[in-house]
Amino acid sequence: MEKTAKIDFRGNTRSMSPAMVAATQKSARTALVKRAEVVREFGEESWQKLRRAGHDLRMHAMMNLDRYLAMAEEKVVAAGGQVHWARDAEEVHSIVLDIASRHGVRNIVKVKSMVTEEIELNHALQNRGISVYETDLGEFIVQMAGQRPSHITAPALHMTKEEIADLFREKLKVETTPDPGMLTEIARKVLREEFLSAGMGISGGNFLIAETGTLVLVTNEGNGRMCTSLPPVHIAIVGIEKILPDWESAAVMLKLLARSVSGSKITAYNTFITGVREGGPKEFHLVLLDNGRSRILADEKAREALACIRCGACMNICPVYNQVGGHAYGAVYPGPIGSILTPLLLGTGAAGGLTFASTLCGACSEICPVMIPITEILLHLRRRCVEGDDVESPSVSGKIRTAARAGRYVMESPLLYRVAARLGNVLLENRRDGDWIKSMPAPLDRWTMSRPFPAPEGDFRAWWKSRKKKKETGVNE
Amino acid sequence: MKVQLFVTCLGENFLSPMLQRMVGILERIGVTCEFPEKQTCCGQPFYNSGFQKEGREMAIRWMKVFAPAEGYIVAPSGSCLEFVKHRYPAMFPEGSDEHREAVKIAGRAFEFSQFLVNVLKVTDLGASFPHRVACHSPCHLTRGLGVRWEQEILLRGIRGLDLVPLNEAETCCGFGGIFSVVYPEVSMAIMDAKVRNIMASDAEYVVVSEPGCLINIRGGLQKMNSNIQAVHLIDILAMGGAA
Repeated sequence: MEKTAKIDFRGNTRSMSPAMVAATQKSARTALVKRAEVVREFGEESWQKLRRAGHDLRMHAMMNLDRYLAMAEEKVVAAGGQVHWARDAEEVHSIVLDIASRHGVRNIVKVKSMVTEEIELNHALQNRGISVYETDLGEFIVQMAGQRPSHITAPALHMTKEEIADLFREKLKVETTPDPGMLTEIARKVLREEFLSAGMGISGGNFLIAETGTLVLVTNEGNGRMCTSLPPVHIAIVGIEKILPDWESAAVMLKLLARSVSGSKITAYNTFITGVREGGPKEFHLVLLDNGRSRILADEKAREALACIRCGACMNICPVYNQVGGHAYGAVYPGPIGSILTPLLLGTGAAGGLTFASTLCGACSEICPVMIPITEILLHLRRRCVEGDDVESPSVSGKIRTAARAGRYVMESPLLYRVAARLGNVLLENRRDGDWIKSMPAPLDRWTMSRPFPAPEGDFRAWWKSRKKKKETGVNE
Repeated sequence: MKVQLFVTCLGENFLSPMLQRMVGILERIGVTCEFPEKQTCCGQPFYNSGFQKEGREMAIRWMKVFAPAEGYIVAPSGSCLEFVKHRYPAMFPEGSDEHREAVKIAGRAFEFSQFLVNVLKVTDLGASFPHRVACHSPCHLTRGLGVRWEQEILLRGIRGLDLVPLNEAETCCGFGGIFSVVYPEVSMAIMDAKVRNIMASDAEYVVVSEPGCLINIRGGLQKMNSNIQAVHLIDILAMGGAA
C-alpha cells in the first residue's frame, strides 16, 4: 500500500466553523425528515424488505463480480462502446489523457462523480492544460472555491448562500445578491457556454447493468444529460463495484437510492446509456476502475462496504458528522461510510484514526439502504489498527498496546479490580468538589475538559456484604 | 425466580445507590437476587477499542463467573448487556465450547427494563413520581438490544408522572466509550446538543438508563448549571412504591 499522509481527524475538527456546522445540520435534517416521510408512505415493513433485497443483490453482484463485469464489457462493446480497465488512479489519468489528446480536447464538462474525486482526475487534466468544468451546481461551487465536497450528494451543503454569492462576485466577476434563484441563473449561463463548447463529457456512474451493458446516471439538475449528449466524446469512469446483474436489480436500487438521498420517490433525471447511440456522442468509453476495490472484496469482514450506493444517509444521521461536517474526514468519502472506506482504500496507517471517529451508536447501520454493517466493519478495522491482521500490521503505538494489556489484567482479576477501584476512589477524593470532580489526570482530563465527572457515591459491594451478613445473623435491616 | 446481578463497572463504581434500588425493586416483586462477587468487566471497552484478543479473554473469564450461577442475568445497562448477549456468541467460532456457553448465557441475559416488561410482564410497580420527566433512548439499549418501548411503558405506569417529549431522543449523547477521550471536542459537541434538547424539553428529570451515558449527561447538565436531574429509570421506579 502506498504511503499517504496521515489524516488528523482531531486536528481537523478543531478548525471547523460554527456556520459550516449549522449549515451541515440544517441540510442533513431536511433530508432526514423527507426521507422519513417517504419511508413511512412506503410502509416500514416493505421498506425493510426492500433494504434486504438491496443488500442481497449488491452482495450477489460482488461475489460474482468477474462474471458480471465480463458480461458488461461484452455488451458495451457490442453496442459500439469501448471498455478500458484501470488498476489505479494513474491508469485512469493516462487513459483519459490519451483519448483527450487524440481528439484535441481543450475543455471538458463533468457530471458530479465521487470516483473522479477519489482519483483526483481534475488535477491531472488541469495539469495538462485542459479546462474542466463541474456542472452539478454544488460541485461547480465547491470547485470554484477550491474545496472538496463535504457531502457525497450535497457537495456544497456546508456553504451559506452569502458565502456563495461572495464567491461568485470574486471568481465570476458578476453582481449578485445571495438569492439562490439568481445564483443558479448565473451558474446556468456560465455552464451553458461550457456544455456547447466542450470537447468531452466525463461522468461517473451510479450503476452499471451487466445484462445490457447500460450505464445508469442519477442526477437532479439535468446536467448529467447535457454532459453525456452534447460533447462528441463521453467517458464514464465507474468503480468495478457499481455493477448490477440486471434491470430488475436496478429498479430496486433506484427506489432505495432516491428515497435515501433526498426523500424523493424518484430522482428527477435517471439516464440510461448503452454504448453509442444515434444523436449522442460519437464515442463512448467505459473505464472500469479497481483502485483497491478487489482488495476490499478479498477482506471477508469488510467487503460489504462495497455495497455502498453513495446515498449519504449515514452522514445525515451521524451524530459525529453532524458536529464536524464532511471536511474533517480529510478524504473524499466522509461520514460513517468514509470512516470505513477511507481506511480500506488508503490503509489504517494513514486513516486509522477515522475508525475511532464513531460513538458506535449504530444509527448509520440502521439507516443504510443496503444494510452495510458499518459499526461491525469499524470494529474490524479498529482491530486492524491495534492488533494488526492479515492485511496490515498494527498502526497504534506499542505504548498504548502495552497499557491495554496491563489494563486487562487489572480488569479481569477480581482482587486487582477492587484494589484499583479503591485506589481510584482515594485519588479522586482529593479532587472532589462537592459531588463533582472537575479535573482529572491525563488521559481522563480529556473527559473533564468537557464536563465534570460525578464523584463516586456509595459502595455496592460493601452494602451487599453487610446486608448478607445481617441476613445470615438474623439481624433485621 | 432467581436473578444474577450483573452490576457493570461503571454501575458499581459510580452508581451504587441505583444498584441498591435495583435490588430493592426486584426483591419487592418476589425475585431472589444473587451477586456473583467475582464479576469484573465484561470486556467491551477493550473489544470495542480494537483489542479483540483481550476482549475475548475477558469474555471467557466473565462467562466462568456467570455460567455456574443459575437463573437470569440482569443488568442496569443495555450496552454491557448487549455485549454479553450479542457479541459473546459472535466472538467464538460455532461449535466451540465457548460459543456454546455464550449462546446459553445470551438466552439468560436481559437488561433491567427488558426483564421487567418482557420476562416478568410487570409494567406497574406502584411507584409514584409527580414530576415532568423526559426520556433519552440510549443507543445500545434502543438500536442494539431493540428495547424501544419498554422504558416508556414503565414510565407510563408511574403515578403522577408527566412524560414530556424529548427532541432527538434517539440521537447519541456523545459518550461512545473510548470515543469520549479520543475525540473529546467532538464528544462534547454531541453532548452539548443533547443537553440543549433536554433543557428545551421543560422536564424536571431526564431518564438515562445507561451508566456511561448517565454519567455523561449528568456532567453535561451540571456544566450548564441546569436544575434538571439525570437519573436512571430504576431511580424513579423505586420512588414512592411499597418498598
